[in-house]
Amino acid sequence: MKLDLSGLEPATLHQLSNDNLCDVFSPTPSFEIPNDADFDGFQKAAVQMVKPAKGTTTLAFIFKEGIMVAADSRASMGGYISSQSVKKIIEINPYLLGTMAGGAADCQFWHRNLGIKCRLHELANKRRISVTGASKLLANILYSYRGMGLSVGTMIAGWDETGPGLYYVDSEGGRLKGTRFSVGSGSPYAYGVLDSGYRWDMPVEEAAELARRSIYHATFRDGASGGVASVYYVGPQGWKKLSGDDVAELHFNYYPVTENVVEQEMVEVTA
Amino acid sequence: MARYDRAITVFSPDGHLFQVEYALEAVRKGNAAVGVRGTDNIVLAVERKSTAKLEDSRTVRKIVNLDNHIALACAGLKADARVLINKARIECQSHRLTVEDPVTVEYITRYIAGLQQKYTQSGGVRPFGLSTLIVGFDPYTGAPSLYQTDPSGTFSAWKANATGRNSNSIRDFLEKNYKETAGHETIKLAARALLEVVESKGNNIEIAVMTRDKGLRQLEESDVEAIVAEVEAEKAAAEAAKKAPTPRD
Repeated sequence: MKLDLSGLEPATLHQLSNDNLCDVFSPTPSFEIPNDADFDGFQKAAVQMVKPAKGTTTLAFIFKEGIMVAADSRASMGGYISSQSVKKIIEINPYLLGTMAGGAADCQFWHRNLGIKCRLHELANKRRISVTGASKLLANILYSYRGMGLSVGTMIAGWDETGPGLYYVDSEGGRLKGTRFSVGSGSPYAYGVLDSGYRWDMPVEEAAELARRSIYHATFRDGASGGVASVYYVGPQGWKKLSGDDVAELHFNYYPVTENVVEQEMVEVTA
Repeated sequence: MARYDRAITVFSPDGHLFQVEYALEAVRKGNAAVGVRGTDNIVLAVERKSTAKLEDSRTVRKIVNLDNHIALACAGLKADARVLINKARIECQSHRLTVEDPVTVEYITRYIAGLQQKYTQSGGVRPFGLSTLIVGFDPYTGAPSLYQTDPSGTFSAWKANATGRNSNSIRDFLEKNYKETAGHETIKLAARALLEVVESKGNNIEIAVMTRDKGLRQLEESDVEAIVAEVEAEKAAAEAAKKAPTPRD
């Protein structure tokens, strides 16, 4: 049977007559290619323009009592703040957390997908998946989409049989095991505060305050971070949300406004 | 279009899959294999049909490694075994690569059984003609396990089991005489079970022991002979004790 390949022909406007005079009315539709000597460079620049720049601050660190995970809650589109109340710490399951940096849709979808895979692993193997395994599943998926425009910079934090586990996974396919990470445009500021205040044997409250302060300082200096600083703790029983404070309120908590002392008041002098 | 309707496994009117049952027949004709689980080790003992004089017996290994902590023995078509073992070995490594953890014994057994089942429900292929005994230690809990799969694709865990020739007699013996053992006692129990159906002379038995720390250890022929001699001596002593007149006070 001869296949009908007419759909693959280049689209042409219907020609009423084969007059040479009508040639001008039936050009094949096409788009213009930019007049650029360096077309590949132009393509790269176009991709860069579309690629979101991971405007956010997230951090996570392991300490003696477990793992502390914290993030801001601002979503920005260029200079426009599209939301101050984004949930950037994603609850994959009761003992695994993921953080969101980069494309919100990408992070939310793939974390949800990871949650499904973790549950299937549990059902098939009658035991929870390890943090190593979960992060590797996500990293393999992201690697297979490499170069297709996914933007994900996430940390997978959890508690499994071997204790606390923290991995950084990104859309370039990278995966790193570590004890302290911060991801996003505000991460340099967060690292400054986090690295200088970090001690292995902090109690939980001190670690939470360190995480909160690091996020606050990042939101103070980075325009793409702000909103609410959420802090989660991951322990042997799973994760627990510790606090969610508006960073503006935190600012006035840390740096209260002092009343200026007035030495002399100007008084009207009667003539 | 390629026609795949030759040799598919189809149901008979009374609900049997004859190809699978014929595969089980092939297993019943294969060499006997016994597996016994101890508290700190698992022993596999396999009947070895006497090798020809010119044959290098070291190349005819019946008990193989699937990974550092998992071993397999089988009864049935040895060529089918080779294919299944290769696929299982690849899956063990692939699992290590994707989740950075070694497989559990249950996982790889489920994989092998799944493969065997797939071949009972595909066009143009016949089922694998072998039953396997899979042993190993759980990499997390350290618990020893023994699993068996068969050509239909079912699998289950056992304390001790046998497959291949005369497996029913061996299993009867094990049911009567199994108890929790460890170390050397487990090896002797496995050897005794196999010797129920296999002649003890002439290098007929291959024994391998899986331990948590050292992995799979194939016993040398001299060690096997020593164990067989020990078992035979114990059997003789038991026989003599039975025959001896009971002392009266």
